[in-house]
Amino acid sequence: MLLRFWGTRGSLPVALSGQGVRDKVFAVLRQADGRSFASDAELNDFIENEVDFATSHGFGGNTSCVEFVGGENTVVCDMGSGLRELGQKIMVEHGPGVPRRYDFFMSHVHWDHIMGLPFFAPAYIPGNKIHIHGCHEVLEEAFRRQQSDPCFPVHWDQLAADITLDIIEPDRNYQIAGFNVSAVKQNHAGDSYGYCFELGGKRAVYSTDGEHTQESEAETQRYIDFLSGVDLLVFDSMYSMADMVSVKQDWGHSSNIVGVDLCHRAGVGHYCMFHHEPIYDDYALQKILDESIRYEEIMNPGKPLRVSMAYDGLELEV
Amino acid sequence: MDVIEEAVGKVRLLRLSGRFDHATVQEFEGRLLPRLDDCHDGGEDSVAVVLDLSEVEYMSSVGLRVLMLAAKKCKAQNGVIAVAALGEQMREIFHISRFDMIFAVYDDRASAVAALTGAGT
Repeated sequence: MLLRFWGTRGSLPVALSGQGVRDKVFAVLRQADGRSFASDAELNDFIENEVDFATSHGFGGNTSCVEFVGGENTVVCDMGSGLRELGQKIMVEHGPGVPRRYDFFMSHVHWDHIMGLPFFAPAYIPGNKIHIHGCHEVLEEAFRRQQSDPCFPVHWDQLAADITLDIIEPDRNYQIAGFNVSAVKQNHAGDSYGYCFELGGKRAVYSTDGEHTQESEAETQRYIDFLSGVDLLVFDSMYSMADMVSVKQDWGHSSNIVGVDLCHRAGVGHYCMFHHEPIYDDYALQKILDESIRYEEIMNPGKPLRVSMAYDGLELEV
Repeated sequence: MDVIEEAVGKVRLLRLSGRFDHATVQEFEGRLLPRLDDCHDGGEDSVAVVLDLSEVEYMSSVGLRVLMLAAKKCKAQNGVIAVAALGEQMREIFHISRFDMIFAVYDDRASAVAALTGAGT
């Protein structure tokens, strides 16, 4: 199973400002420190291996959209703004002429998780089949309202693909698109759902927009049982712990260190931080990643836990 | 997990020791929060509170959550609470969690008591 991250930002897409570009150019020139490069390859090698990740690449700005590769169709969690680029890639690689099937799993239908669909080119092509799976009864209402006057000129019924909405239930196993899939309910305004995908003996969980308060041990244990022993957890780590339990309490998101603690308890193999706070720039996110790795080192109970941070363009093999 | 109380004038010192994790957090909350009832600005019977963290072996996010409940309770009562004597790891955890932006952090008990003396009256 391969996960391909098309959007990793929370709440709102962000783009690097002109000042941000300038700051990065400045940082690269500073790190080059007057060196000259004999070839483009040497320059690329310098950028790839010597310039820090936050400067040379960064974490991206599209909202939640993660592709799960290895099943039978194109399988995607959430339709954030990253979905537009996934649609473009499919158009380039396969062209519009060959009908394809797409299976989407929706964590919930808040704005940042559905905004990519109106810009998903395959949705406009007759013959394509789009199955949208989710646990919310309001799935169709949300999509219809998004694509209706006065918000968007192309209405839901004008999408040419054959679109099916499939309401599924949490705590049940489904066989969909080659994956064994189950869902878990999470604490978020209007509820959200995490999904576990199992394929070939490997399990990966996509769990965003969940506020894991840990106020109730029974509720925490229910979530830990869902995560138990999974190979990879993609987790909403949007806030610092202090923000999560103070000014941003009840905003529906978790913290970086809550994710570490839950992974330790559940015996997760790889913790991937996701749904990044839009006010953080690449350097702030890199600092949070470094601190999270350090927190994991301090708290580690014995079993190794890999800690990483998702970025637009990341591919993770499970 | 233990919470040991000492009084230094109008400052209540609460020495936390041991592990503060999901196994002990309920007891921790039950033993800490009632001791903050008189951390307010109500005059003669009020106290300021210092949490001595020097003997904390392990504190996960569930323990930090209880510390936040303590901070909120004292703030709601217009009381004063601070932490002191953080070991190297607790100092790191306070920084990583940004709890060092929630609590006044003192290097040792004496400096915390000196700073808070008078705050509880």
